Amino acid sequence: MQTVIEVAKKLFEEKKVYCVVGYTPDGGNKTKPFIAYSVEDTDKLVFNHYAINNLAVYLNRLTKKGPVGVVAKGCDIRAIVGLIQENQFKKEDVFIIGMNCNGVVEDKYDEFDKENTQIKCKYCNIRTPHLYDELAGELQDFEIPEDPQGPLMEKILKMTPDERWEFWKAEFDKCIRCYACRQVCPMCYCEQCIADKSVPQWIETSATIRGNFSWNLIRAFHMSGRCVGCHECERVCPQEIPISLLTRKMGMLAGKEFGYRHGMAVDQPTLVGNYNLSDREDFIK
Amino acid sequence: MAEEKFEPKITAFVCNWCTYTGADLAGTSRLKQQPNARLIRVPCTGRIDPVFILKAFESGADGVLISGCHPNDCHYNTGNFHARRRWIFFKDLLDFVGIDESRLHFSWVSASEGKKWVDVINGVINKVREQGPFINYKKTNPLEVTKVDFEKGEVA
Repeated sequence: MQTVIEVAKKLFEEKKVYCVVGYTPDGGNKTKPFIAYSVEDTDKLVFNHYAINNLAVYLNRLTKKGPVGVVAKGCDIRAIVGLIQENQFKKEDVFIIGMNCNGVVEDKYDEFDKENTQIKCKYCNIRTPHLYDELAGELQDFEIPEDPQGPLMEKILKMTPDERWEFWKAEFDKCIRCYACRQVCPMCYCEQCIADKSVPQWIETSATIRGNFSWNLIRAFHMSGRCVGCHECERVCPQEIPISLLTRKMGMLAGKEFGYRHGMAVDQPTLVGNYNLSDREDFIK
Repeated sequence: MAEEKFEPKITAFVCNWCTYTGADLAGTSRLKQQPNARLIRVPCTGRIDPVFILKAFESGADGVLISGCHPNDCHYNTGNFHARRRWIFFKDLLDFVGIDESRLHFSWVSASEGKKWVDVINGVINKVREQGPFINYKKTNPLEVTKVDFEKGEVA
């Protein structure tokens, strides 16, 4: 199988793209996002277990200037497809270098091990991407460990409303409103976020429990039927709030209620932007 | 201080073309209804952003009712269909963070259904009265907390 560098070189030589977004070593044994603008730059590209970031977050800006090559794992490709579904750019604007992914490491660990992969890898089923222009990387045998978020989710679902409230209150109380979850999310691309609106101010900006509830609920709601499950929000959260539980619950509902998964096919209509005459309305009097 | 009987505050977001007119009809028909609801008229149920609902709770509402035209009756043809799909998600999200179902109600009330409006709003008010004040959300208000503590004599 070809490597990232070979594909990126070919792209520049055939003048298909003006830049390639990928990963480069950060000096230690991890990687950081990197944009290659020339053939010489491509030698710095890597892809391994430490290619953590979801690079789809850069595409909205980069595709304005021309076609872009992007190194992407299965989960990142869901974000790219989702953005195309939502008309943020066209399929022709991106050249997807799909990577066979063997799981990426949880941020806090230095060495990759099957045990310390990210939560999303533990229930991932798109390790060979579902859409790509070129496929690269070797797929290894990989036993999927148990989903660590599952038991927590089940525990919350079994709680009474008041217990759930106390659980989330304790979690949201930690929120410092740094908006890292918003900045890192590839699907959060509004030019003006509702949290930044001051006239009228819908969401309290100070980190009080009241504002935190509004912010986290509205963020999760805006992700409903759109979250692609890349878990970047939870990874960057400095307070380690399990915010991906909220978006994951919305994703579960989209799957259960509508059989929908965002970012799987370019021509699929979006879920919340459309409607069906036969939608459920047993809760409406 | 004698214990006051709890009277719930209900915020009702109603659409201009159906439910607001329906509630108006209930008034002109002199149908009796409990006075606990504050109606907020919006152009269409599709206009109701979920932040409105959160804002209502923040501002001290004990329950929220959202009401609009029946499906296929929308003045703008599709507004209530879009809204309906959104509510499925928002309702589930609120349930997931522990806001009890009895705090948020939905209904379709057309302009000719004055009687139905009275039944719906009375039903909502009774249900919320049963549940008592929405203490959980009220406690998230920093000012409210100070007031409660002040009355208890815990804050000088």
